[in-house]
Amino acid sequence: MKQLAGLALILGVLGILNFVLPQALNPYFMRVLMLCGISVVLAVSLNLINGFTGQFSIGHAGFMAVGAYGSAMFSLHVGAGWVRTLESAGAPEAAAQGLALLVALMVGSVLAAIAGYLVGLPSLRLRGDYLAIVTLGFGEIIRVIITNVDAVGAARGLPGIPGWANFFWVGLAVVAVVVVSRRLANSTHGRALFAIRDDEIAAEALGVDTTRYKVLAFVISSFFAGLAGGLFAHYNAYLHPNSFTFLKSIEVIAMVVLGGLGSISGSILAAILLTVLPEALRSAQELRMVIYSLMLIVLMITRPGGLLGNREISLDFLRRRRSAGRA
Amino acid sequence: MSEFLQQLVNGVTWGSVYALIALGYTMVYGILRLINFAHGDVYMLGAFFGFFAARFLNAARDPSPFKALLVLLSAMVACGIIGIVMERAAYKPVRRSSRLAALITAIGVSLLLENGGILLFGPDPKFFPQIIPARNIALGMGVTISNQQILILSVSLVLMFALRFIVLHTRTGKAMQAVSYNPMAAALMGISVDRIVTFTFMLGSMLAAAAGVLVALQNPKIEPLMGIMPGLKAFVAAVLGGIGNIPGAVLGGLVMGIAEVLVVGYVSPTYRDAIAFVLLIVILLVRPAGILGRNVAEKV
Repeated sequence: MKQLAGLALILGVLGILNFVLPQALNPYFMRVLMLCGISVVLAVSLNLINGFTGQFSIGHAGFMAVGAYGSAMFSLHVGAGWVRTLESAGAPEAAAQGLALLVALMVGSVLAAIAGYLVGLPSLRLRGDYLAIVTLGFGEIIRVIITNVDAVGAARGLPGIPGWANFFWVGLAVVAVVVVSRRLANSTHGRALFAIRDDEIAAEALGVDTTRYKVLAFVISSFFAGLAGGLFAHYNAYLHPNSFTFLKSIEVIAMVVLGGLGSISGSILAAILLTVLPEALRSAQELRMVIYSLMLIVLMITRPGGLLGNREISLDFLRRRRSAGRA
Repeated sequence: MSEFLQQLVNGVTWGSVYALIALGYTMVYGILRLINFAHGDVYMLGAFFGFFAARFLNAARDPSPFKALLVLLSAMVACGIIGIVMERAAYKPVRRSSRLAALITAIGVSLLLENGGILLFGPDPKFFPQIIPARNIALGMGVTISNQQILILSVSLVLMFALRFIVLHTRTGKAMQAVSYNPMAAALMGISVDRIVTFTFMLGSMLAAAAGVLVALQNPKIEPLMGIMPGLKAFVAAVLGGIGNIPGAVLGGLVMGIAEVLVVGYVSPTYRDAIAFVLLIVILLVRPAGILGRNVAEKV
């Protein structure tokens, strides 16, 4: 009951914000805000592999690409038809588009999750840096395939994707990924992931099925990466293979490490910081990326454990004070 | 058949360039367990330093083998210095922190070199002067090799043998092996680990610079982002051969170069960038530690 009420509250708040924000903010800020949301989904999902499980994936852009292209192709060929049918049947525009978007996002995410399963399997045999390189290779292979397949626009890019994603959906995805991460962290499964991160051999000796959990982490993480990709596709309305290069994966890793490995709130914070920073530095023009990279180096030297380490910022202290007041 | 042999010649040439870059990756990895993402950008800097040296020497208008050698050496020295500065300023402060922090620092250095390059050299491609005019030499059976390819092959070979000599037969090289085997024990034996790490970075950067100049001689278009892809693939080559293993890096580079040229020749040039990674995944599934790497059991 309490959870349903919480969900209703979140949906309500997002619905209202979705209505208010575009009027309150200019389109540029709105765009930065949306990109922040997508980055947060990416960073928090990668944190599941790199932060929780201690595995090292540098192919997150590949999963994102699978989700983006998967959902975009679905919307172009199936979803758009649904929206036309529903609208002619008298359904409201937002509902028809929302339904089509939801299905498209799920298609993209599930495809990405399958890709995650396939990539997670080699972790049966590979450790550490070797696993990292396989994920890197996977990301690059996906990109090269996209660049060569004509049906998805090849090197020209894929234009004309319906722009259904709005603040409501991005916000919902952020809430979903954060809730799933937090619940996972506090569950038996999450403990197993932490155990693998802290000492794989000890975890195995204590009966943790390390392979299964590593693959699980890959599947959940790539599911959400696919979700972020789908949102990106339906927000940007245009996809190009160059959006999913090795550099994109690196950007997401930078967010996770900068935020502090394993810290959900750290990932959120760093995702927002690293998305806003290049925008804020726009006035510095050519110096922009130089400053960005210098800040990355300096931050890593001064705070090697990330901004938050593995701590969390939470609202627990509010709750505690409230219950203390009640007592 | 002659076409295949021709591809092989091109593949070996291209592979020896990968091998030169891969050596730097593998040496740094062997000693620090760090993937030095900025290594590909040092290769780019090598090409640019060569470009400026060639312009300074006026080598375009009056080319001579002596000047070519001077261009090569000055690029190597300049990049060696860059390697030392890079290690001292960025990597040394994070050496005691987690490996991931070091990795992100490496990514930061890589972005810095790329964007600094764009800022200093400009984003558009520059044309490397033709120090050595191309001339084809027939090898028989319809196979030709250009004098530039011969140069690439011979310079790479000389450098690889020099490296082999340094690592196996000098005191510093033996210290490098010791640090790579166990840095703590090496330090206890009186080896200055810091000095060895810096030396390794210098050596790797010099090899990358040589690769940069050699490639620029053949494909004269140089630009600040040219190091990303070759860097990535050379790294893959190092992993392919067994990372941390010096002969492995050379073997990996050659395999990679040949595979790439064969794909371009027989399949499609657009799949060129994918073959490296497909090859990598296939080989790692069969031999998880690379071709020459040994799978060391983890002790508890």
